[in-house]
Amino acid sequence: MYEGAVANLIDELGRLPGIGPKSAQRIAFHLLSSDSADVQRLVGALVEVKERVRFCAICGNVSEEAECRICRDERRNPAVICVVEEPKDVVAIEKTREFRGRYHVLGGAISPIEGVGPEELRIRELMARLADGGITELIIATDPNLEGEATATYLARLVKPMGLKVTRLASGLPVGGDLEYADEVTLGRAFEGRRLLDV
Amino acid sequence: MSLYRDEGVVLRTQKLGEADRIITLLTRRTGLVRAVGKGVRRTKSRFGARLEPFTHVDLQLHAGRSLDVVTQADTLRAYGEPLATDYPRFTAGTAMLETAERLVAVEKEPALRQFLLLIGGLRTLGERDHDARLVLDAFFLRSLSVAGYPPALDACAGCGRPEQRRWFSVQSGGLMCAQCRPPGAASPAAETVTLMIALLRGDWEVADASEHRHRSECSGLVAAYLQWHLEHSIRSLRLVERT
Ligand SMILES: [Zn+2]
Ligand SMILES: [Zn+2]
Repeated sequence: MYEGAVANLIDELGRLPGIGPKSAQRIAFHLLSSDSADVQRLVGALVEVKERVRFCAICGNVSEEAECRICRDERRNPAVICVVEEPKDVVAIEKTREFRGRYHVLGGAISPIEGVGPEELRIRELMARLADGGITELIIATDPNLEGEATATYLARLVKPMGLKVTRLASGLPVGGDLEYADEVTLGRAFEGRRLLDV
Repeated sequence: MSLYRDEGVVLRTQKLGEADRIITLLTRRTGLVRAVGKGVRRTKSRFGARLEPFTHVDLQLHAGRSLDVVTQADTLRAYGEPLATDYPRFTAGTAMLETAERLVAVEKEPALRQFLLLIGGLRTLGERDHDARLVLDAFFLRSLSVAGYPPALDACAGCGRPEQRRWFSVQSGGLMCAQCRPPGAASPAAETVTLMIALLRGDWEVADASEHRHRSECSGLVAAYLQWHLEHSIRSLRLVERT
């Protein structure tokens, strides 16, 4: 339909999550009619994020340093780790102000049909953190859907021999949703009412 | 554009846009259906929990030009519940869903027998009366038969004689005799063959009494036979564990 640069742009935009061909086209034409300065700022932001932001060596959260702000914060409780699927879940939980421990970002959930098994997630890194000792509780805050639940089951079984307390956020979180869409009050309550996972 | 009603099992969901999902279902009357679940990822969605994989739902759909839209969904049975807390059963169940989709392949072509097999397989898996891998292998063997690829187990796949069928050839379609067997055919233990026949027929007394090594050998042959008849491999099979 379109040629050269415009087609390229629509192509690239269409690769972004949640952007279908129609949205890609709309954004492309919006950019075409925008001021050069606005577009330059967007380009700058894209380049900067790739240059400056990386993943925390400890927890896997996004960070501008080798270790993220939360892992460096000495006031956070080092004995409790909250396991989440994505960095955006860290943001959602931080908003509740209920949790004062540290995080571990898996990078997704076990999804056999998508070819994502335990090895494709940051589970080995989690086991290494647990093996270092000093951790008493693992809170599993994967999404309240089937894959999140199965991932929690897998983790609980894996860490069972280590004898630490494994809990799961559940109460109040409706099944099937994404954690990031839970409102702060519900998510905060889910933290208080977390249940022991026994496998 | 029109409304229609059906019941089906959710096979797979994919994120779409901000809060929607594309739901792939195997339905009783319509066969394979891909439909949009609007807003299902928001935690306040009425549908969210009902349109999760493994759930058997009563549905109302709006037929669209490319994708249908789910307008109503009520849970008939949540087969996923007992599976989410048992990892080996979860992976076996996922392999069932993936296989059902791959074997049916064509959208909106009725596949009642495959639908009934899937429901039966998921129910048996959740009841925990039998080893997860045995239930999965039984599902594979019967699904392949329904799809038109029944493995020859009672007689030689080459000459049809029932005697001396001691070899198994994936390419030739099942058991074979010494005269017919192609090079590279496997020679499974007699107990493995007995197990495979029991699984195909649903003879659980025989299947449950089988030994671990024969179950392993049977799984290997069934998996190879399944892969041979599908263009691409079943991705979730790699993660299926032995209980
Ligand atoms: Zn960190
Ligand atoms: Zn023969």
